Amino acid sequence: MLLTLTTRDDAARDLGFVLHKHPDRVQWFDQAFGVAHVLYPQADDDVVTVALVLEVDPVALVRGKGARDAAFSLAQYVNDRPYAASSMLAVALGRVFRTAMAGRCDQRPELAERAWPLEVHVPSVPCRGGADAAVRLFAPLGWDVEVTPVPLDPTIPEWGDSRYVDLRLRGTLRVADALQHLYVLLPTLDAAKHYWVGLDEVDKLVRAGQGWLADHPARDEIARRYLAHRGSLVASAVARLAEVDDAEPEALDDAVPADRDALPGEDPGPAVAGEDGDPPAAVPLARRRLDAVVEQLRLAGARSVVDLGCGEGHLLGALLDDPRFDRLLGVDVSPRALEVAARRLHLDTMPARRRARIELAQSSVTYTDARVAGFDAAVLMEVVEHVDPPRLAALERAVLGVAAPPTVVVTTPNAEHNVRYPTLAAGTMRHHDHRFEWTRAELAAWARAAADRYGYDVELLGVGDDDPEVGPPTQLAVFRRTTETTGEEAR
Amino acid sequence: MTTLTVPALSLVVLVGASGSGKSTFAARAFGPFETLSSDFFRGLVANDPNDQGATRAAFDALHHVAAARLDAGLLTVVDATNVQAQARRSLVDLARAHDVLPVAIVLDLPEEVCVARNAARDDRDLGAHVVRRQRDQLRRSLRGLAKEGFRTVHVLRSVDEVEAAVIARQPLRSDRRDERGPFDVVGDVHGCRSELEALLVRLGYALVRDDAGRPVDAVHPAGRRAVFVGDLVDRGPDSPGVVRLVMGMVAAGHALAVPGNHEEKLVRALDGKQVRVAHGLAETLEQLAGESEEFRREVRDWCDGLVAHLVLDGGALVVAHAGLKESFHNRASGRVRSFALYGDTTGETDEYGLPVRLPWADDYRGRATVLYGHTPTAVPTWVNNTMCLDTGCVFGGHLTALRYPEREVVQVPAERTWCEPARPLDAVPSGTARRDPDVLDVSDVLGRRSVETTLLGRVTVAEENAAGALEVMSRFAVDPRWLLYLPPTMSPCATAPDGDLLEHPAQAFDAYRSDGVGTVVCEEKHMGSRAVVLVCRDQAAASGRFGMPDGVTGVVHTRTGRPFFDAARSEALLAVLRDAATTAGLWDTLGPDDGPTGWLLLDAELMPWSVKAGDLLRHQYAAVGAAARSALSPAVDALRAAAARGLDVAGLLDRTDARRRNADAFADAYRRYVWPTDGLDGVRLAPFQVLAADGRTFETQDHLWHLDVADRLVAADAAGVLQGTRRLVVDVDDEASVGAGVAWWTDLTGAGGEGMVVKPLGNLVRGRRGGPAQPGIKVRGREYLRIIYGPDYTEPANLERLRSRSLGRKRGLALREYALGLEGLARATSGEPLWRVHEAVFAVLALESEPVDPRL
Repeated sequence: MLLTLTTRDDAARDLGFVLHKHPDRVQWFDQAFGVAHVLYPQADDDVVTVALVLEVDPVALVRGKGARDAAFSLAQYVNDRPYAASSMLAVALGRVFRTAMAGRCDQRPELAERAWPLEVHVPSVPCRGGADAAVRLFAPLGWDVEVTPVPLDPTIPEWGDSRYVDLRLRGTLRVADALQHLYVLLPTLDAAKHYWVGLDEVDKLVRAGQGWLADHPARDEIARRYLAHRGSLVASAVARLAEVDDAEPEALDDAVPADRDALPGEDPGPAVAGEDGDPPAAVPLARRRLDAVVEQLRLAGARSVVDLGCGEGHLLGALLDDPRFDRLLGVDVSPRALEVAARRLHLDTMPARRRARIELAQSSVTYTDARVAGFDAAVLMEVVEHVDPPRLAALERAVLGVAAPPTVVVTTPNAEHNVRYPTLAAGTMRHHDHRFEWTRAELAAWARAAADRYGYDVELLGVGDDDPEVGPPTQLAVFRRTTETTGEEAR
Repeated sequence: MTTLTVPALSLVVLVGASGSGKSTFAARAFGPFETLSSDFFRGLVANDPNDQGATRAAFDALHHVAAARLDAGLLTVVDATNVQAQARRSLVDLARAHDVLPVAIVLDLPEEVCVARNAARDDRDLGAHVVRRQRDQLRRSLRGLAKEGFRTVHVLRSVDEVEAAVIARQPLRSDRRDERGPFDVVGDVHGCRSELEALLVRLGYALVRDDAGRPVDAVHPAGRRAVFVGDLVDRGPDSPGVVRLVMGMVAAGHALAVPGNHEEKLVRALDGKQVRVAHGLAETLEQLAGESEEFRREVRDWCDGLVAHLVLDGGALVVAHAGLKESFHNRASGRVRSFALYGDTTGETDEYGLPVRLPWADDYRGRATVLYGHTPTAVPTWVNNTMCLDTGCVFGGHLTALRYPEREVVQVPAERTWCEPARPLDAVPSGTARRDPDVLDVSDVLGRRSVETTLLGRVTVAEENAAGALEVMSRFAVDPRWLLYLPPTMSPCATAPDGDLLEHPAQAFDAYRSDGVGTVVCEEKHMGSRAVVLVCRDQAAASGRFGMPDGVTGVVHTRTGRPFFDAARSEALLAVLRDAATTAGLWDTLGPDDGPTGWLLLDAELMPWSVKAGDLLRHQYAAVGAAARSALSPAVDALRAAAARGLDVAGLLDRTDARRRNADAFADAYRRYVWPTDGLDGVRLAPFQVLAADGRTFETQDHLWHLDVADRLVAADAAGVLQGTRRLVVDVDDEASVGAGVAWWTDLTGAGGEGMVVKPLGNLVRGRRGGPAQPGIKVRGREYLRIIYGPDYTEPANLERLRSRSLGRKRGLALREYALGLEGLARATSGEPLWRVHEAVFAVLALESEPVDPRL
């Protein structure tokens, strides 16, 4: 990877003093992941360009430290790290130009203090959020930003642009400030996970922004981008199965958002909140949905509840706070979701009386499971739309036919309402894993047929503001068993 | 000598005061693990066998162990004083909960014997008053033991009697495991004597008639025996005639029988008890009125003496009128009998007034085949290794028998509708069907599991891998009823020791040579995704065998069971295959005995790779190419400018320029896997192996046979979708042949091919050490490996470091998954229940999630 810094100035060659690197020498510095070379492609009296060429050893990269954490992911072996200007380049920059970045030039202090006309060129910058993000981050710091997207593959134009940009910055700044900006912001632009930069490095990067980061208009965005990066690639069994089938790990192992398990103690709120695109001031739809479900459970007089597809345990948390619910079971098909739920609910430190009311277990709504039978009520909150339509019959039989609790509460999006979400493109769904989203008529048809088949009555309700044209954002169906005994109970 | 008879599976409760010699007796009369002593359990929980304060905990533990033993079907003896009714009641409850018979053996020895023995023990100081109290309690209990629920009570009253007592274990009446068959199991007859005669004749029996011409026996020349599932009587025209024939066959040793609920009711009616004369009982009583009193008595006693269920053929076959769940096999209790006679009823009735019965067979997981009747069904149907043989003969259906162990259904139609059914029978087709429950149970797949395979014995799945597989199976895979197979992983060849390649054919040929496999076939490795295709001959086969809805006639799924296409595209591809199979004449030749089959399961490769892996290609491979392209050219330019200034950057420039060329080669490599598709336009499918068809698997057909089938499909394909597989047979012991194989691979990969797979020509073959040889070894091309090992892997310094790769784990995994794959196919084609098939398929998925180097 490459970074060049050019100055056009009558005293251009003085840049060498500021950088503590002689324009006529080639220097190299060993790094953990390869060798950083510093050289000057151009060193005329009026134009000087210094280049930092980072020669990454791809084999050592894999075998080096940290490799074990991300073990057995193909992405670990074939990736953009040797080429993309991101955290490794930033780290190298910080080491190679440490003194310059600190703003020290003992020989000629005035050179470090003056503003230089600078042009920075960094090809191949991974830029999450597209070219705009680079402008948002660099422009407020006094840079004129030129961003050119890199096509994914020039021979396959229909693939469009890649996530990399060719970045050129022009401005008149102190060299130390320029280096600090690059040091902090290059990794921030990155779209990928940091496989090899530890948390301590991240902290160092943040410290380098002291003095200007606090006043940066995109300060919050920068912080968020950092935190999102801290998610480690946990090589779960599910992720490995994705890879076996030539899918990206995130495509299958998506039950929990990537940053969720990296931030113990921080509760990012219901995962579904973002899906729904609420106006920021209103009570989030996820909260209203949860309240509506709890209300239905209270109306049904349920004391024991099984939450089928409990995810990170938001509903369970609400139910735990109401002592009338004395037996709770949360099941999910994702072991990762259950781990997060256990942590969110603080199962390990919960008082014994409270702890005795709740259990978590892995299960699947398309398999029968004796453990989910025998509850007063079952909840399928935002679950059915994650099941392939051909498999819904299995879910119906497992839940209504075999577990067969007196009450089943189902919530699912109302597809008609999607037109009210400006950010949702027409014809798309609210979540990438949704296998369908039903109109009110479609839910009604399914619910009535299923209820008939298994001896239930069904009541159809809504959650959220009832739009006169397209109905409420969320649909809610309450199934109530009509027969006294069921198969499983009598057995 | 006194012989104490106890049922072979029972809970034996010893009753006697301290010092009566229970432990000594138990040690002599029972096996070392059979006796659970309260003293011993006190020791376990309190370090002191005499600590009376530990009694409660000791009995909790004792009950727990006793329950586990009874679950396992093991006779268990409880050695405690048990002189109080309270203590005995909990043991009777325990026996009942496990459907075994409780037995009491009372040691009622004189007080002075007990006192003297206690006094002689230095570890225990029980006063005489304690012994006296215990004896008093015992004596008061004696008379009530039978009432408490003990089916057998033995009392020993002296030291001599105790010493002379011998235990005789009596098999349960249901236990006929020594009867090995072959059998012809006959469904509900309901007085249809004429149809029964016709059926027995069709089954090959010769009827024996009495002087009046009435059939009284039937003899099979090959010594086969009939087994009747009960409900011989009621509703039909000649119940006495049916019973006469069956009684005669049973008496002559030519048949076995279990009672039905109609026999039970008939016995009560004949005993003069109050019964509701309905459901055809009136006809039977009327018909019996014309018989002699002696015959009526004979019928009554015979019916009364029938055992409610029979366990046959070493435990592999269970016959009961209404079926029987596994935990009741070879058990004896009121509820076992009730289940066998009436089924798993809820007490409710349905809209026709008939009792609602629970679908116990859907949950059945036992290995024994269960045959039963009771509920009329139109077509005898396999459900989880069970079959109901009541096809409503008396209602105008068929009288059905199942040949066992052949599992072949033999039927005769009813001569007429003898009785109008309360609930209409469905149409009356004959033949058999298979109904897999559309939902399986998590306990079939979760947790640490061992799957028994024919090829490799037990294959174990770790709990965390099963957990990951459950998520993928539940969220992404096709219906388990249609998922018969997942392909195993495949090991690459050993690493080339030198040269500019990581993989070379020589190592693959060497591996098979050293394993004693002489002839191999090299098959072109297609540049696509592995696809498993289940294609049915028509909608009827799809719905009948797999429960597919209208419009679905098969599946095309990936190696983790995910569907490749949406429904329309999938059906279009299936239609192409179906038509080709029709033209090639496969439907009528790949079934059992080279006869017809309703479905085919094919192993194939689907091209281009971008159909499935488009996202991966774009986000991973193309992205790396883009990053490299955009970074390296400016770097080369910068270095050239520096060199022009006279700076010494020659080495760095050369290396950077080489990386630029490598990155271009990398992009060229992945681009070969990308081309546009629209519907089926551009899609290619290369079948290379027939995995299974109706009742048949093909792992012992050599690979040229498989490739010939593939060639015939390709030749018959009018749509131009199917593609052949190039191949070359190599004799690994012949240098010239091996040379030809190497050259073939070199040409293939030189022209941009991915590589080849080397397989034993004979397909499933044993290696030198007796185990199965690797089913295939892949040898991948130099350029293809760039997208696996990275653009720069070919740099000599990198190659040398990459040569140290360890293949052992991958090879082991490949063999275990292969064994599981074949196991699933064998189970699917031999009529085993769905859960058994799913268990094997699921285990392949679970093993695939084991962490191994993904570059292998």
